[in-house]
Amino acid sequence: MTHWITTLCFLALLVSGLEIVISHPRFYWGETGNDLTQPLFKLPIPASRNFVPTGYGYVLPDQNGWSRYLHFQAAWIVVLTGLLYAVWGLFKGHFRINLLPRKADLARRAFSNSIFNHLRFKRPSEEEAWSYNVLQRLSYLFVIFVLFPLVIWTGLAMSPAFVSSFPASVNVLGGQQSARTLHFFVTIALVLFLVVHVVMIFVAGFWGRMRAMITGRVAIPTERS
Amino acid sequence: MSEQSTGKLSRRKLITTGLAATAGIAGLGVAARIAQKYGLIPPDHGGIYGLGETLTYASQRLLTRHSLAREFSRSQISKPPFPNEMAPPSDAFKHLQSGGFTDWRLVIDGMVARPSSFSLDQLKSYPSRSQITMVQCEEGWSYIAEWHGTPLSHVLETVEVLPQARYVVYYSIEPDWWESIDMADALHPQTFLTYGMNGDVLPVGNGGPLRLRVPRQLGYKSVKFITHLTVTDNLKKFGKGLGSAAPEGGYAWYAGI
Repeated sequence: MTHWITTLCFLALLVSGLEIVISHPRFYWGETGNDLTQPLFKLPIPASRNFVPTGYGYVLPDQNGWSRYLHFQAAWIVVLTGLLYAVWGLFKGHFRINLLPRKADLARRAFSNSIFNHLRFKRPSEEEAWSYNVLQRLSYLFVIFVLFPLVIWTGLAMSPAFVSSFPASVNVLGGQQSARTLHFFVTIALVLFLVVHVVMIFVAGFWGRMRAMITGRVAIPTERS
Repeated sequence: MSEQSTGKLSRRKLITTGLAATAGIAGLGVAARIAQKYGLIPPDHGGIYGLGETLTYASQRLLTRHSLAREFSRSQISKPPFPNEMAPPSDAFKHLQSGGFTDWRLVIDGMVARPSSFSLDQLKSYPSRSQITMVQCEEGWSYIAEWHGTPLSHVLETVEVLPQARYVVYYSIEPDWWESIDMADALHPQTFLTYGMNGDVLPVGNGGPLRLRVPRQLGYKSVKFITHLTVTDNLKKFGKGLGSAAPEGGYAWYAGI
């Protein structure tokens, strides 16, 4: 349940975030940045506002208003959902049992085996369908405990009112424009995870995995169960 | 390993779920009343994005009511100063500009004991303050400048705001450009009626001759070319009742995020 709310919110955040970015597709480092300052880098796209010097003689449709409303609403829902998930995960031992890699899996041989199987796109065996393998565990932990907190933090560090109460949240990042740039990079990392995540579901067998995700059951052929 | 049981919906579960739902709805009702009483509901709380906006505004009011916007050192002032693009000023503006803004007036009315009109010179005779703060646009760009002006709270004191006042609505000389803020922001020490920038008069490109600076919110709340302030206890009577021109154009009323 929390997974699908998160999925929906993530897609909403992604689309609205992209809409917001195209109104000023330039990125800076430090506190400030504008059309008169040197950008760190520019996205090679036209902007949705006509005075941004993009070099394109074309202005994209401006969808910033509803995008911002949607972005912050989806952010609220996904953060509250995430908190619920985190509390449940700690309480039920989900992180410890299902996500923390087992010692044996981290041994060099087992770990390289796992990588090797991955690179061959080997379909998971029946045993594996019940649990996460070591690479899955590590990447899920990274997304849950590193990327999600980072994307929330860098997002909050852009809020003028939030940083008035917690100035350190933006100061340690090097400034408000740095926070914006980092927010963008963390988003890219999350998108990369999403792409791999979805590809893996197809490799593992789309319908079987979908059924398992929705019902919590794994369909096992014949004598099991 | 056996199949996980989903379990049948038992009577006990049904009853507890029902009770929890009832308690939840009652709780929401109570929360809404308390939130209304303490001014935690933004005027654009209706519609599909009302939930997010209300959560944001309520959290900020509980969290940041008195916090100060970050101030910077002189060495961090953006060079060159960034005058962002704006619509060509109206004839009314050009007329006042040709007279060196000597006839510029700021009218303050509404819920005040003494409705008044101020010239720029009058405003400049009030205690002058400076702050080096950031203007942050909703688009993503930003700049830092030193702003000189008089705190809005001081001017509101001289016109004697009535105790039931809850918002200040402010208008630009440019048509259809108006915003409003709650009293927490209106009386905030960094909310300035700004007439100077970086040691000089406020350039027209940055909102001269008079701009209301609200540094804890995004740039669009710092309306340029201010001529009129109205103090009120209710935003329903203004425009479409959403609080300001921003939500009428699809943007959030509260821009502190």
